[in-house]
Amino acid sequence: MMTHIRPALAMLVAMILLTGLAYPLAMTGLARAVAPGLSQGSLVERNGRIVGSALVGQQFAGPGYLHPRPSAVDYATMPGGASNLGPTSAQLKEQVAGRRATYEAQNGASAPADAVTASASGLDPDISPENAQAQAARIAGARGIDAAIVQQIIRQHVTRPLWGLYGQSRVNVLRTNLALDLAAPMPPAGAD
Amino acid sequence: MQDLIGYVLFCAVLTAGGWVLAPFMARVYAGERSFLSPVLGPVERGLYRLCGIDPGVRQSWRGYALALLAFNLLGFVALYLILRLQQFLPLNPQGIGAISPDLAFNTAVSFVTNTNWQAYSGEAQLSHLSQMAGLTVQNFVSAATGMAVGVAVIRGFTAPKGVGLGNFWADMTRSVLYVLLPLSVILAILLILQGVPQTLLGGAHATTLEGAQQVIPRGPVASQIAIKQLGTNGGGFFGANSAHPLENPTVLSNMAQCLSILLIPVGFCFLFGRMARDRRQGWAIYAAMGVLFLAGLLAIWLGESGGNPALGLASNLEGKEMRFGTGLSALWAEVTTAASNGSVNAMHDSFMPLAGMVPIINMAIGEVIFGGVGSGLYGMLLYVVLAVFLAGLMVGRTPEYLGRKIEGREVTLAMLAFLSMPLGILVGGAISVTVPTAAAAIQEAGPHGLSETLYAYASAVGNNGSAFAGWGAALPWQTTALGLLMILGRFAIIVPMLAIAGSMIGKQQSPVTAGTFPTHGPLFVTLLVLTVVILGALTFFPVLALGPVAEQTALSAGQTF
Repeated sequence: MMTHIRPALAMLVAMILLTGLAYPLAMTGLARAVAPGLSQGSLVERNGRIVGSALVGQQFAGPGYLHPRPSAVDYATMPGGASNLGPTSAQLKEQVAGRRATYEAQNGASAPADAVTASASGLDPDISPENAQAQAARIAGARGIDAAIVQQIIRQHVTRPLWGLYGQSRVNVLRTNLALDLAAPMPPAGAD
Repeated sequence: MQDLIGYVLFCAVLTAGGWVLAPFMARVYAGERSFLSPVLGPVERGLYRLCGIDPGVRQSWRGYALALLAFNLLGFVALYLILRLQQFLPLNPQGIGAISPDLAFNTAVSFVTNTNWQAYSGEAQLSHLSQMAGLTVQNFVSAATGMAVGVAVIRGFTAPKGVGLGNFWADMTRSVLYVLLPLSVILAILLILQGVPQTLLGGAHATTLEGAQQVIPRGPVASQIAIKQLGTNGGGFFGANSAHPLENPTVLSNMAQCLSILLIPVGFCFLFGRMARDRRQGWAIYAAMGVLFLAGLLAIWLGESGGNPALGLASNLEGKEMRFGTGLSALWAEVTTAASNGSVNAMHDSFMPLAGMVPIINMAIGEVIFGGVGSGLYGMLLYVVLAVFLAGLMVGRTPEYLGRKIEGREVTLAMLAFLSMPLGILVGGAISVTVPTAAAAIQEAGPHGLSETLYAYASAVGNNGSAFAGWGAALPWQTTALGLLMILGRFAIIVPMLAIAGSMIGKQQSPVTAGTFPTHGPLFVTLLVLTVVILGALTFFPVLALGPVAEQTALSAGQTF
């Protein structure tokens, strides 16, 4: 065993320098050079202020905004997380029923599955197009505009499955809400 | 239908990728020149000189095992110290403190054994230095350790007389330099272009449109995620792992990561055929693994495709991300537990009962369906020894594999290695549900609580690292018990397999006769698959009946707990 300790120690130090420092630092340098925005969290700015990340979901509760999916961590990011409730959990059953009632009361439409279930990360940036469209009338009412305008904006923000094969159609909530604010500024609400 | 066509294309690309990688790996492990030699050859030789290693020295199986154990032991000590001292070390922009001794032990063991079980949340509990110089390093070298053992065991079964098992230092170094590092660079760049952060900056502070404060966590993520997948490690930068939108932001990043998990393991099947100088032998192993892979994938997909009638959900999206849905979540669950990866893009705890059972089976049989890098292949060779032994018993002939006799010593060692799985999972799990301090980890009432415990122990002993994450993995009892079992699950298989390789390598090659059982045809593939299924089923069926099967029955009756 002892004869192996010296090469083991030297190899470990060498691997720490190579794979633990040189490799990630080289990737960091490269990232800053070729993709400064993407590699720093895809931050979204409005009027010079960071309002979030295009990739990370955030909470929206106001009637004039598209609402994201339920989140087990309430869109806290340090750390994010899921409910991890099992398929026969009575607690989950109760939560789903509660969310369904709230959703239907708010939107006057039946709730799609993604609107009543919490995501895996707690930070899902997307909702289904059905979920988004079901919220259009409520949003239009709060902003005092025609529902067709909201529906049109939602349609413009639908991402389709990759090559028609992988993933689901979805709508990015933050980007759509930014577009809504641009198209029809809210009556004096919000802290922005 | 969209899902199934997607799966077929995925499997085709995966197979092609592994097939292309195999001849390259064959050259690398033989110490021959490859297209990367002009760049990496000097680095390789420099490393040997620095460490006082002669790569040409042939090691006995004992020498190989001791070098490996020494290297892993030191790796453990170094990682433990980094985790305990991170508050005094640089690259800690969030000012994160030390993690507790039991959690540091668990995490260090977990990364050294290629398990990457996460009882912590990286974004909240680890500094950038811990992620890079601690975890990323072990992601590379624990994977390289598995690949080295894989290659040594293949040599034991296939190398002509006069060729040894090889040299651990050379096999490990070549795995890192020529295979893992170049592939990681490619994947890291792709992930960066998809939006995975790669920066030394800490969290960005945002004010949301509705005026709330939100921290966008960042760090050197892409470089770590690349090797976490290619090395079948699975430990995420973030607690939510590859479900986190900054760790796996797009469908393309998802497919690239999924592919990376199984690329090297598939390559090892074909590498085996090449080193055996009979490619059909590699295809036979690939076919057996492929059958088991497709069976598991279809079972998860079917289990998830009906929604959850007990909760009135048309689609079971609890614990799943919108961009992936049930189709890509099912694929990932199969891929990550067929391999010893353990990263997740959806929360397995919220899967339907039978869909959640498949990952448990995949892990409990030892992750031999392509499996971990290197470890999947030597794990499957363990079953091969048992399969040809069973075939020999049936016809009353001394079993042979690749022209070498499989005798009492090899079968004894194979059984010894095999038994570490049921020992760790069933005995460890039974204690965990009986002792109140340990049973406090269970989140769910009803049969799902047993499934959670079973999943955790299968994951630890199988060196997988995924979890039914509602289960309280951070309890000191569990961090300690699971840490010890990860060591068992890793080294109680590696050492006997090296011993088998050591005893196989000197054996006389017997000529092929009419009485030789061919090990490349459909009959052998069937026998191998049945050996895996029957041994796995006999061992684990009773406990699966009490967990996932009982839960499915309850769910069908509309019962919740």
